[in-house]
Amino acid sequence: MARIVFTQQLRRFTAAPELQAPAATLRAALDAAFAANPRLRGYVLDDQGHLRANVVAFVDGRRCRDRVQLDDALRPDSEVYVMQALSGG
Amino acid sequence: MQRRHDHDRAWVATRKGLFELRRRGAAWAIERSSFLGEPVSMMLAPPSANATDSDSPRLYAALNLGHFGVKLHGSDDGGQTWQELATPAYPPQPDGEPVAGVAWKLVQIWSLAAASGVVWAGTLPGGLFRSDDRGASWRLVESLWNQPGRAQWFGGGYDVPGIHSICVHPARPDELLVGISCGGAWQTRDGGASWTLAAHGMRAAYMPPDQSGDPNIQDPHLIARCAGAPDVLWCQHHNGIFRSTDGAASWHEITGAPDTSFGFAVAVHPGDPQTAWFAPALADEKRVPVGGALAVHRTRDGGRSFEQLRDGLPQRDCYDLVYRHGLAVAPSGDALMMGSTTGHLWASDDGGDSWQTVAANLPPIAAVRYG
Repeated sequence: MARIVFTQQLRRFTAAPELQAPAATLRAALDAAFAANPRLRGYVLDDQGHLRANVVAFVDGRRCRDRVQLDDALRPDSEVYVMQALSGG
Repeated sequence: MQRRHDHDRAWVATRKGLFELRRRGAAWAIERSSFLGEPVSMMLAPPSANATDSDSPRLYAALNLGHFGVKLHGSDDGGQTWQELATPAYPPQPDGEPVAGVAWKLVQIWSLAAASGVVWAGTLPGGLFRSDDRGASWRLVESLWNQPGRAQWFGGGYDVPGIHSICVHPARPDELLVGISCGGAWQTRDGGASWTLAAHGMRAAYMPPDQSGDPNIQDPHLIARCAGAPDVLWCQHHNGIFRSTDGAASWHEITGAPDTSFGFAVAVHPGDPQTAWFAPALADEKRVPVGGALAVHRTRDGGRSFEQLRDGLPQRDCYDLVYRHGLAVAPSGDALMMGSTTGHLWASDDGGDSWQTVAANLPPIAAVRYG
C-alpha cells in the first residue's frame, strides 16, 4: 500500500488526512484521496486535472516527472508527499 | 431580520483578507475580518432589491489562494460565518486548443453580480459563469466563450484576458453587458444565449493605427451602468474615458478630464447619469497620482467639465493607486468609499467634496463594496 501525505497547510481549508492506498500510479493515489474528500481535488488539481502550478508532488523523495498525466509509477511501499511549492508565495 | 441601510455597511477585499466595515455615527470602523491571510479578489453583497427568496441575501467572497487555486465562499448570516461553495470550473479543453495560448483553467474570479436569482462570475482567462442555485453549481457561458473573436483577446494587467465588469440591466434581467481587458465589451439581451460586441466608438492607442478602432481588442478598465438611467454607461478605458447614452450601442470619448484621463476605476451616481467619479493616475508606465497628490475627478454634467476633489486626500508624497474595483458609490449617491493598493481607505459623505481616512494600514485593496 502506498502512503500519501498532504501538506498541513491544506488543513486550513479542507480535510487532507494521511492515507494508505493500493495505487500503482501517482494519479491513482490522488484519486483515492479525492474519493475520501471530493473537495480536496480542486485544491490539488486544476480545471483540466493537472497538478496545480504551485503544488508539487514527491514520489519516494523525487519530484514527480509529469504534472499532466501524473503517471509516475508507485511501488507497493512508495511514499507520496503533496506539498505547496514555494513558487506560490 | 432588521433591515440595514445599504450604505451603513461596506466590505473591503484585500490581498490579506476580507474586512467588514460599519458606520458608527459619522465615522466608519472595521467590524470584522474574514479569511485573514488569504487573497480575496472580489466580494458581492447583493443589494436588498436583488435578494432572492431568502431573508438574508447571500454574500459571496472569491479567494485566490496562492497554491491551491480559486475558491468561492458564501455567507447566509451577514458575514459572521462562511461556507465554501462550488468553484466555477472550465470544461475539458478540446484537442487543438488553446486559442491564443489561453489554457482553460480558472485563474481568478474578477467580477461578481447578482440579478433575478442568477449569480454571474467574470473570470480570468475570459470566461463568464452563471449559477442558478446561489453558487451550488456553475456553468460556463459557452456562447460567449466560443465566440470566434475570443482568439483576438489578450491580457491587460494579467497574462490572460479577464472579465472585470458585469453590468446587469436593472429592469431587464436578460440584458447584461460585460467588460473585458482586453476584449472590448459584449452584450446579451437574451440571458446569455447570444452576444454582440458593444465597444464601438472606443479607441485603443496601444494598437497599430489601423486596428485602434477594433471594438474586440479594447481595454475598458471598468464599465459602470447608471442604475436609474440604464442606457447610460461610463467607461474608464486604458487610454481615456468613454460614455454611452444608448445602452452601449455606441461610445463617445470624454476628453475634458484635467491632467490625465488614465486610471482604472469609475463610479456612477445611481440616480444621476450625468454624475461620475474617477480615480486618475499618471499614464501609463508610472501609474501613480499626478505630482504625488491624490485627487478624485468628478463630473456632474455628463463629462463636459470635471472637478478635482482633494479635500482630505494626501497631497504630497502619495503613491497610492486605486484599482478598478477600488472606488464605490453607495445606493444613495452621496457616500463614496475608495481604497488603494497601498492599503489606504477613504470615505466621503458629501459626494467626494471631502474625504476622511478610514484606515491607513490595510493590505493592498482589490475591491470596495457597499451592502
